[in-house]
Amino acid sequence: MEAFLVFSADNLWSEIWPELSLAIGAVFILLIDLFSSKKKNKRNICSAFAILFQVCLMIFHLFDYLLINHTFERSSFSGMMRHGFQGDVMRTFFLLSSICVSILGNRFLKLQNLRFGEFHHLTMLATAGLMILCQSTNLIVLFVALETVALAFYPLVAYNRDSIKSLEAGIKYLIFGALSSALLLLGIVMLYGVGSNPEAWGAISTGPSGVDFLSFDYLGILLETNQNNLLLRSGVVLVLAGIAFKIGAAPFQIWVPDVYHGSPNPITAFLSVSSKAAGFFLLLNLVNGPFSGLSKFLLPLIGFVATFTILFGNLAACAQSKLKRMLGLSGVAHAGYLLVAVMASMHFPGDSDRAVWVVFFYLYIYLFASFVVFGVMSLVSLSDDSDQEMDHYEGLLRKHPWAGISLLVGIGSLAGIPPLGGFVAKLMLFHVAFEAKLYLSLVALVIGVVVSIYYYFGWIREICFEPKLRFDDDEKPDDPWTKMQDIGLLKWTILLFAIISFASGLWQGPFGDAF
Amino acid sequence: MNIFQLFLLGSILVPTVSSLVIFIFFLNDSSRAKQIAYIAFGFPCMAGIFLFLSVDPSHSGYSYQLLYDRMGLQTLGITFHLGLNGVSAPLFAMAGFVGLAAGLVSIKSDAERLPLLLALLAFMQAGLMGLFASVDLLFYYLFHEFALIPTFLMIGLWGGRDRRSIALELTIYLTLGALISLGGLVALNVLLDAPKFDFPHLTEALLAEGLAIGTQKKIFGLLLFGFGILVALFPFHTWAPRGYEAAPTPLSMLHAGVLKKFGLYGLVQLALPLLPAGGLSWGPYILWLALGNVLIVGAITIAQTNLKSMIGNGSVMHMGYCFLGLGVCSSLGAGATVMLMCAHGLSVSLMFLIADCISKRTNTLEMNEMGGLAEKTPVLACFFAAATFATIGLPGFGNFWGEFAIFLSLGEYKENHLVLGLAALGIIISAIFGLRAMAKIFFGTQSEELSVYEKDQRIQDLSMDEILPASFILVPLILLGLWPKGVSQGVDTNIQARYEILEKGDGSYGLPSCCPVDQVLNIAVPLKLEKQEERSGQESE
Repeated sequence: MEAFLVFSADNLWSEIWPELSLAIGAVFILLIDLFSSKKKNKRNICSAFAILFQVCLMIFHLFDYLLINHTFERSSFSGMMRHGFQGDVMRTFFLLSSICVSILGNRFLKLQNLRFGEFHHLTMLATAGLMILCQSTNLIVLFVALETVALAFYPLVAYNRDSIKSLEAGIKYLIFGALSSALLLLGIVMLYGVGSNPEAWGAISTGPSGVDFLSFDYLGILLETNQNNLLLRSGVVLVLAGIAFKIGAAPFQIWVPDVYHGSPNPITAFLSVSSKAAGFFLLLNLVNGPFSGLSKFLLPLIGFVATFTILFGNLAACAQSKLKRMLGLSGVAHAGYLLVAVMASMHFPGDSDRAVWVVFFYLYIYLFASFVVFGVMSLVSLSDDSDQEMDHYEGLLRKHPWAGISLLVGIGSLAGIPPLGGFVAKLMLFHVAFEAKLYLSLVALVIGVVVSIYYYFGWIREICFEPKLRFDDDEKPDDPWTKMQDIGLLKWTILLFAIISFASGLWQGPFGDAF
Repeated sequence: MNIFQLFLLGSILVPTVSSLVIFIFFLNDSSRAKQIAYIAFGFPCMAGIFLFLSVDPSHSGYSYQLLYDRMGLQTLGITFHLGLNGVSAPLFAMAGFVGLAAGLVSIKSDAERLPLLLALLAFMQAGLMGLFASVDLLFYYLFHEFALIPTFLMIGLWGGRDRRSIALELTIYLTLGALISLGGLVALNVLLDAPKFDFPHLTEALLAEGLAIGTQKKIFGLLLFGFGILVALFPFHTWAPRGYEAAPTPLSMLHAGVLKKFGLYGLVQLALPLLPAGGLSWGPYILWLALGNVLIVGAITIAQTNLKSMIGNGSVMHMGYCFLGLGVCSSLGAGATVMLMCAHGLSVSLMFLIADCISKRTNTLEMNEMGGLAEKTPVLACFFAAATFATIGLPGFGNFWGEFAIFLSLGEYKENHLVLGLAALGIIISAIFGLRAMAKIFFGTQSEELSVYEKDQRIQDLSMDEILPASFILVPLILLGLWPKGVSQGVDTNIQARYEILEKGDGSYGLPSCCPVDQVLNIAVPLKLEKQEERSGQESE
């Protein structure tokens, strides 16, 4: 008991109140689902509760942050977690993303006639896991949080149980997720093995015995002093490989098109925004924290991965006819761009903040643009949601101008067209990459962006231009834009995000100052 | 904020706001949209004339500066900074003229979904005015892209044959060029680390620190090819003629006339004076590539039978002259390039405008299916003749001074004489295609196709609605031809001031000094004075 008290002395539960509330809220949703009457409006209660709860949480979180102004870093839970400004920025990010997924989910579940309770429950649990993940400073917490997220994602990907594609995606995600977890775990075990008994593996012992061998601080010193130890290097590479799976970096990107294609629309957005962002925050934390001793060894490796990812993502996306596959692969390309920023952050040891802020800015812009795009995509009512093609968007600008313009802004921001937010993000990326002298990656970046114009503008072309000439005997496809009623909240979210995407290109505010 | 700054800001804000107003409120109300469009295009033109006349030509540096430095990227030195100098003011005015003409053409056209067309065109006009008015480099780039997005949409919505594929091709090409030049700009920003990312501060930073010659070469290469793609430098020109052929007329006018000058402006104002060593080492290559524009594209132009594609190719060909002026790397060449940019912007947009008038009357753009129009449409023939003569570079039109001074700048150095000889062939080439088009369309016998068409539709001469926009372009073009000093003086003071600093540097690092444009253009004036003196002497006797 005594020992427990000593250990738990610095368990600052109050620091993780948003995560705790999310988890409690998630359980609450299950209860509502269970006990509410079997009437029709039961679904709405679940969605309304989920959205309202998360919005309140967001407001409280922002107030908490603004009033108490957490600028200093503090660790808790025996040094297993660290709470600070950057973590808070990412927590806000995940919460925002989760709200959007709930809003999109509401629409999707209604259209497809699926159960509401579990969806919101799992989404919120996954978000709680992501929020814990971005504050972890210990490989065990990191792994547990990552598994929480993954476990919530497996059923979400296969949520549409009547769709073969969704099930297929679920199986694929399960297998590849398990593989990536295994790689990550193997890497952690290697690091632990060497760290707990360095002399046995030919490494130099660094700290007093009895410290936490998996804490970032200890690993940092260990890797700094033993840069050439093969086992440690392999461990680091395996850990990074596990993360590369999450962000969909080549050569671990193979799961992306199929899983993005099959999973329900909101979950595709969730995967491509939150899951990727978490991977990047982890990566930044690791390569600038514990792994910074190995940066000379890691830089060429990440450089190769980044270049390959950019080129593969963009070139493969060109050939896709299904929009969700295309977006998945373009997401791979975006991961490649972000990897360049990660490399830039490794180039400035001690002063990585600029590049880190570029990644944050990019991720936020990516969030806004992605949810605009996925939001408009969720308006399309097809029998199988995953079969969306560019043809379904013919003449959208004319049929529903607000949706068309929002979608234009979203796609433009993803493509990095000035004066939208995406352009400024890419400009900052160019800037730090140039400062870090990553010329080869810059060339890949330019090629990637130019190639991406092909598929992004191909889509824009369908939205704006006159429909292609059809011969009379061709059957005219059914108009998928018929079920447009009852979308108030979704519509305003899309419009708000489109405006933010536009405005952030001209005025960057606090992000610009930090840069 | 004084009235000048107000005009400067207004020339960007008025079209932007009008565009948004049309877009939000009057998308289905043609007559209202037209009324707003008059303001959207009229105000920039007025501001252009007013500011051009009030800029002091003997003052080097920016006047009417307007600065807002809280845009978000101020840590990189990026601010919202407007201003005009002797080089940008005439181009700014030219953009106003061409914009007004293009606006009038589209207002009077019977295009489908006219309000949308006007909104997009006004948006583009805002970008065009902004690009010459901005002192800050990022905003200079940003305004260019402002104007590019409507290009894509307008080609796709109102374009001619193959518009879908051409719109995409053009966008990919231009994005490539824009990104490469953005790379060059970012490189300048990072390496020089000037407190502000604008033309004057970068010059200061360069003088203080200087860049290694190897670095200069690399950055200049990036800027040259980035901007070169945007200006259709040979062999990256293939997007241009196809694009202009497919684009609706007002867009062709604005793009070929004004937007394409973006890259040249960047090279004149930025690349050459900031990276002189890079310019000198790339100079010979520029000259030969430019010859490719003049001779090869020129030969292609001769082979065209379609009027619009002939004009498109011809405009690419004349970009070659601009590059020749740049390739010499002297202040005379650079000044001459600016003169030609102004004149060419006017003349090529006039050509597109007249081509549109012709095709409305003959229902075709194939020159073989026309003929004998001069009898029925004498005014149209006059305008076409004027535009053609201007394009060829006959004296009396602005183009003459530009091309003349470029040839002079080539002649200054012995090693350029071969290039000069070959480039002079270009005049013959433009005379061939220009005069042949003239002959095919307006003289000779009327083709059968046209006679058939004429049975249903009587061919009428230019109406007032068409004469007005055409004169908005033709008048400044002739004024420029008769009184080049109005432009050349301001161009000269600024170019001299910026190039001179570099000429004074040690021999390895700087441009060769040479006589300024203004002096060359003033040769005529002393002669006249002498004659007058003689005459007055005779009279007194």
